Amino acid sequence: MTPMTQAKKTFSIKGMHCASCVTLLERSLKKVEGVSQATVNLATEKATVTYDPQKVTDQHLAGAVANVGYQALISDEVKHEDEEQRQKEQEMLELRNKVITSLILGGLLLWGSFPGLMESAPLVLKNFWVQLILASPVQFWAGWGFYRATISALKHRTANMDTLVAIGTTVAYGYSLFVTLFPKFVESIGIEPMPYFDTAAIIIGLILLGRLFEARAKAGTSEAIKKLIGLQAKTARVMKNGQELDILISEVVIGDIIRVRPGEKIPVDGIIVSGESFVDESMLTGESIPTEKIVGDRVVGATINKHGSFTFKATKVGQETMLAQIIKLVQEAQGSKAPIQRIADLISSYFVPIVLMLAIATFVIWYDFGPHPVLLFALLNTVAVLIIACPCAMGLATPTAIMVGTGRGAQQGILIKDAQSLEIAHKVNTVIFDKTGTLTKGQPQVTDIIATKHLEENELLTIAASLEQSSEHPLAEAIVKAAHDKKLTLHPVEKFKAIPGHGVEGIINKKHAALGNKRLMAKTKIPLTSVEAALSKLELAGKTAMIVAIQGKVAGLIAVADTVKESAKNGIEALKRLGIEVVMITGDNQRTAASIAKSLGITRVLSEVLPEQKEMEVKKIQAEGKKVAMVGDGINDAPALAAADVGIAMGTGTDVAIEAANITLINKDLRSVASAITLSKKTMNTIKLNLFWAFGYNVVLIPVAMGVLYPFFGILLNPIFASLAMALSSISVVANSLRLKQVDIS
Amino acid sequence: MDKILVTMFGLLGIAFTYWFFLGKKEKERAVSDSVDIVVEGGYSPEVIAIPKGKTTKITFIRKDPNSCLEEVVLGDFKIRKYLPLNQKVTIELTPQQKGEFDYACGMNMYHGKIIVT
Repeated sequence: MTPMTQAKKTFSIKGMHCASCVTLLERSLKKVEGVSQATVNLATEKATVTYDPQKVTDQHLAGAVANVGYQALISDEVKHEDEEQRQKEQEMLELRNKVITSLILGGLLLWGSFPGLMESAPLVLKNFWVQLILASPVQFWAGWGFYRATISALKHRTANMDTLVAIGTTVAYGYSLFVTLFPKFVESIGIEPMPYFDTAAIIIGLILLGRLFEARAKAGTSEAIKKLIGLQAKTARVMKNGQELDILISEVVIGDIIRVRPGEKIPVDGIIVSGESFVDESMLTGESIPTEKIVGDRVVGATINKHGSFTFKATKVGQETMLAQIIKLVQEAQGSKAPIQRIADLISSYFVPIVLMLAIATFVIWYDFGPHPVLLFALLNTVAVLIIACPCAMGLATPTAIMVGTGRGAQQGILIKDAQSLEIAHKVNTVIFDKTGTLTKGQPQVTDIIATKHLEENELLTIAASLEQSSEHPLAEAIVKAAHDKKLTLHPVEKFKAIPGHGVEGIINKKHAALGNKRLMAKTKIPLTSVEAALSKLELAGKTAMIVAIQGKVAGLIAVADTVKESAKNGIEALKRLGIEVVMITGDNQRTAASIAKSLGITRVLSEVLPEQKEMEVKKIQAEGKKVAMVGDGINDAPALAAADVGIAMGTGTDVAIEAANITLINKDLRSVASAITLSKKTMNTIKLNLFWAFGYNVVLIPVAMGVLYPFFGILLNPIFASLAMALSSISVVANSLRLKQVDIS
Repeated sequence: MDKILVTMFGLLGIAFTYWFFLGKKEKERAVSDSVDIVVEGGYSPEVIAIPKGKTTKITFIRKDPNSCLEEVVLGDFKIRKYLPLNQKVTIELTPQQKGEFDYACGMNMYHGKIIVT
């Protein structure tokens, strides 16, 4: 019996406005069975409840509050975790006590009855009645769990691990009890009266010890989720009516203005409204370098503000935040089933009944054909068969590896949608990258500024940006941004004119200035001879070059291009090292596409592909017999991602659950494509090894326990060794899965 | 003589084991809005039938302290939930596909089935 404990909880209530609400709420909360005290404070809009956690759940409390028309804000997630933790610790403690007791008592029994050891044992330990007294608490107190599980399983006409242990140890204990009660009778049928209490006790001790280790190891498999949940901030400093108030994170609503000071955790997702800082987002994205954040930039909850101070407006709270979405996605992935598991499922549903039938067969065969004393051999071998069979290892083989694998990915900003995606990814041999926005930044940038002799580069850029500041062309944006980045002061422009398809012109400082393509220059009859060579070089490199002319003469060139991401080249090299073919797909013309592909080392390019044709191209490559992963932004290329065997989306913004994608890379790092595939390969290897071990173990050792080696080598398996092997078997599977935490996937 | 008896009982035992564990037919229980599943040495009701496209609340109450049953996994619905002892844990399913979907404990020893009709 666990002692009755009282828990106390304080939570906020929404919708309170008068003193009568207080009485109403208190009365309703007190009505909940198990609640001993409830006080509601109108000023703080909070309720404090003292209750019996065995009887009362958050749902009960929330229900009582809802019954009278209010809303309770109870942070379920954290509470649930705490509860789970508390219960697990309690279970572990109980289990440990049982293990220690049964191993000590079992050890004494072993000393008093095991040939070779018993000679040195005190006489009292050899007494059958003393042995019975030592063995009984182990059998019925420490081993009670096996019986209880067996009885309730039998009611459902199912059997499991516990059934095998309960039957196996009961046979050993029951025989020993019989020998203790009727030694004469046993002797009369030609068997030396020797009890096997030690066998029963040690088996129970070792199997419980195995469970203890297994429980500890299993806790490690869900560590990633616990870490993610632990990232959640507890409070937020909200500005209300000119005051700063610390409130619980669950009470933050969209639109709240929140202050974040240096070193603090950002509580929820939002957009900076004042101040600036650097933010460490490594906990969510794996990106180690802090990101600069200025007014208008997005910040993500659970990331850490470094040195600056700022205020931001909450845009996503509760289950909508990026962290909550990541947690949900990882939890879903860990709960999903890998196709490879189906076979293990099928076998394990027949496993225990089959072992029971084999155990009966073992008894019959040894009784009918075994050496003298047949009953003893038959009993011991039956017990060995029951004890050695380990269905748990089979049940644990796949899910533990999936849990550690998906958790490992999440820590590096690789979110895997489900176990199936993780499984398919290891077969990928071709990766198609969408160009714009995936391999490149998707925003044109000024790459070259070539000024003629009479002009400084910055002057040229100032003139170009001044002309473009009123233009809405995407290339104009890049030029104005470049000037802004260099902190150049732009000039006012008079008589500005945009000539569609050509460029722009106007008067700057009383001089005529023009910026545009070759056609504009031809139209205004400006000779290009001095820059002809530079122009064609830029074009060959896939860049868009614009000519600046002042007073009818060429003053220089400004080239704009979509730049490749820093991680692109390394990312592609990493894939090639894995022996994976890399393909680039783009709507660009062939020349631009080829130039970018060349700079990245991509040999296969599909250019001039319209967005709606991308899906077809993916299917064409699949038709070549390839397993294809498609990498894109997840928005424009959703059909192509869905058509690929594995759709990989580069995380965009705060939406992590991209529907069409099997894998989302929230770290936006292209090297993670190779990491994800490597992670998949390593996880699959672990699963295969686990399954091989779990099946192999049972297939080899059950016949050994049945005694197949006895006719040839005289080898029999002592039930005590059987229990040791069984305990080690499931621990080794979990331990093997945990190795995934350490493997190098970069 | 005793050998013949042991053999006979053995064969009977094997046949009984087969019939008892593998020959059972669980009748499904049709559920519309919500259902409580008691987790004690298995799941009761073990097989439930729920309608396609509608949200059904399934509440698990674990009464069995056996650690084998501490988690319930609905792999097809991507749900793995820890079930605290004697507490209700509710999940909501809105199946979009007809068919039979198995669920099991964390170690895949106890099984149940959800039939979407």
